[in-house]
Amino acid sequence: MRTPMAAGQEVWGGRRRTFPSEDAKLWFERCVERGYTVPSWPVEYGGAGLSPDDAKIFAEELKRIGARLPLVSFGIWMLGPVLLELASETQKREHLPKIARGEIRWCQGYSEPGAGSDLASLSTRARREGDDYVVDGAKVWTSHADHADWMFCLVRTDADGPKHEGISFLLIDMASPGISVRPIPLISGSSPFCETRFDGVRVPAANLVGREGGGWQIAKRLLEHERTIISVMRDAAPEETETLPQQFLRAGSPAGLRDRVIQAELDFLCNRLTLERNRAAPGVASSMFKLYGTELNKRRKELRVLLAGTGGLEWNTAAKEWLRSRANSIEGGTSEIQLNIIAKRVLGLPD
Amino acid sequence: MSSRFVDSPEQAELARGARAFVERRIPVAALRGVRARPADDRIDRALWRECAQLGWAGILVGEGDGGAGLGMIEAGLVAEQLGRTLAPTPFLSTAIIGGTLVPSPALAGGDQLVALALDETPFFDARASCETIIRDRGVIGAKRNVLDGPAADRVIVRTQDALAIVDARGPGVTITALDRVDSRSVADLRFDRAPVIDTLSLDHLDRAITRATAALAAEMLGGADAVFATTLAYLKERRQFGVPIGSFQALKHRAAQIFCELELTRSIVRAALAALDANAPDAEPLVSAAKARASDTYLLATAEAIQMHGGIGVTDELDIGLYYKRAMAASMLFGDAAYHRDRFARVAGY
Repeated sequence: MRTPMAAGQEVWGGRRRTFPSEDAKLWFERCVERGYTVPSWPVEYGGAGLSPDDAKIFAEELKRIGARLPLVSFGIWMLGPVLLELASETQKREHLPKIARGEIRWCQGYSEPGAGSDLASLSTRARREGDDYVVDGAKVWTSHADHADWMFCLVRTDADGPKHEGISFLLIDMASPGISVRPIPLISGSSPFCETRFDGVRVPAANLVGREGGGWQIAKRLLEHERTIISVMRDAAPEETETLPQQFLRAGSPAGLRDRVIQAELDFLCNRLTLERNRAAPGVASSMFKLYGTELNKRRKELRVLLAGTGGLEWNTAAKEWLRSRANSIEGGTSEIQLNIIAKRVLGLPD
Repeated sequence: MSSRFVDSPEQAELARGARAFVERRIPVAALRGVRARPADDRIDRALWRECAQLGWAGILVGEGDGGAGLGMIEAGLVAEQLGRTLAPTPFLSTAIIGGTLVPSPALAGGDQLVALALDETPFFDARASCETIIRDRGVIGAKRNVLDGPAADRVIVRTQDALAIVDARGPGVTITALDRVDSRSVADLRFDRAPVIDTLSLDHLDRAITRATAALAAEMLGGADAVFATTLAYLKERRQFGVPIGSFQALKHRAAQIFCELELTRSIVRAALAALDANAPDAEPLVSAAKARASDTYLLATAEAIQMHGGIGVTDELDIGLYYKRAMAASMLFGDAAYHRDRFARVAGY
């Protein structure tokens, strides 16, 4: 559990959870017992109740000894922080401990075939019928939907008013009748992405987070967490078994690529320092990290292939990661959308 | 630990005070005033004594020698504020290089100005071979691009064997002030058996240059930040086609890009300064990274400032041109971005 985690060795949890090894299972169980899967969450919701400073020290110590993350999930990274902030006490007690203990695996139902960058134009409908909502529509790019137990989902509860105000944030059990999931293969040869269809799916109204029509604010808050996570994950990605300069030297120091390698290394350093400098709660700075982290990652993955020569064209890790990286600056809000957000919310430029 | 990015209350107060003083006492108009004078008269000694009273001349000088005994983080905070208004002071040459190599009460008091004579070609290279020699206690050679050379009292000359300290106004020293686009006080110097007052080991040179490079990166960050603030205000105020030009996505995106570059530059500059104070083993590559990044960002921010201001951006009336010219000159001082990228990689072994 002290060696770098290769792709596919993460523990994602869920009803159908699997472990890459007995050690991974033991490490997971021991951490769950102590709340160390979510060290900064309150004890009553399955965390260890550490203060931000203590949580940082804890993370640094884990990093120092090279410990792997016991559990990774969208529940920990995205939904959990938002529920902690905005959900009812009943919802927190229902969902947070199951995230912390890795019992339920969540997926994200945001984008739709007709709503990408213009997410607020989403049209998956949720009609109120008695104590239920009835959901019809489709979501795309739902990562790991085929392995997920529940989905946090943006639905349209009002089609008549302003588009941002008719959106609600709904928690949906993927085992509900009427849900079908289809994987979407990508250019990289494999994909965590799925298309999820809803056909008259009944969801208890108690699964609404916040108020009906108040989903957009929650959605945006969650996106800030997502952007930070995407950039942090890029930063901590387990690619670095061989650094870029090491690969450059191994490739015989091709002179024409040296400056690009240096620039990528330099930018990587600056980006990491900027993350460290802004490590407080995610805010609008998350757009900057999302933008810079993903654009930088694309450059680095391309360099990896160039430094491998034609060997980088075979279906190996370098090739797959290069092709996969093209989606980094699209998913979670395109680079252009991040620039719009920075211009508007950080710089105050007019619409 | 992340504390390297957090100002102490004293540091925050220093930065606030420095900014207020610079805005009031050394606004960009000061550079315009200096520019109107001859090239050999572009340092205001009375102004520098005022700066010295704030502790800036002796910022790195120990308290025993009448200095403030502070570190590079503090020096960087002051340099950043000086950069915001392109303030024409001998801070880099005297407070940083002089304060490192020849600290004294006179220097800390603002009464002695110091210049480092290093370059012998138009291209900075700390490792370049050097033709200047000491013979019979006299310096013989020629140096170019000596920052604050026209105003210096003492010159520290890099020779083949040592750093030689000579009296700038003594015999055997010829100072030719240069009238450059950036209006900074710079001179070419000739030494014809200039008497050596004292010598220092060449071992001290790297430390002085590294510190000056880091302080310069902070100065450049300040300039880039100031020019971007001006540009941003203009994007909100200037109207074309009936709307503020800042509402056009083509300009918005470029402004957002500059903002990101500035944030990254701020991080690396601060990390470099903190590493110097901590005597961290990676201080040298961090300083090179900071200088490379600051050079690129300053040139980007100033070039974009001109473009986004349109026609008035290229007029002498606006200050932007002063920043643009400073950006190019500062990027070359102590090594340009390419030089420092190369150094960053060499230290890492590739």
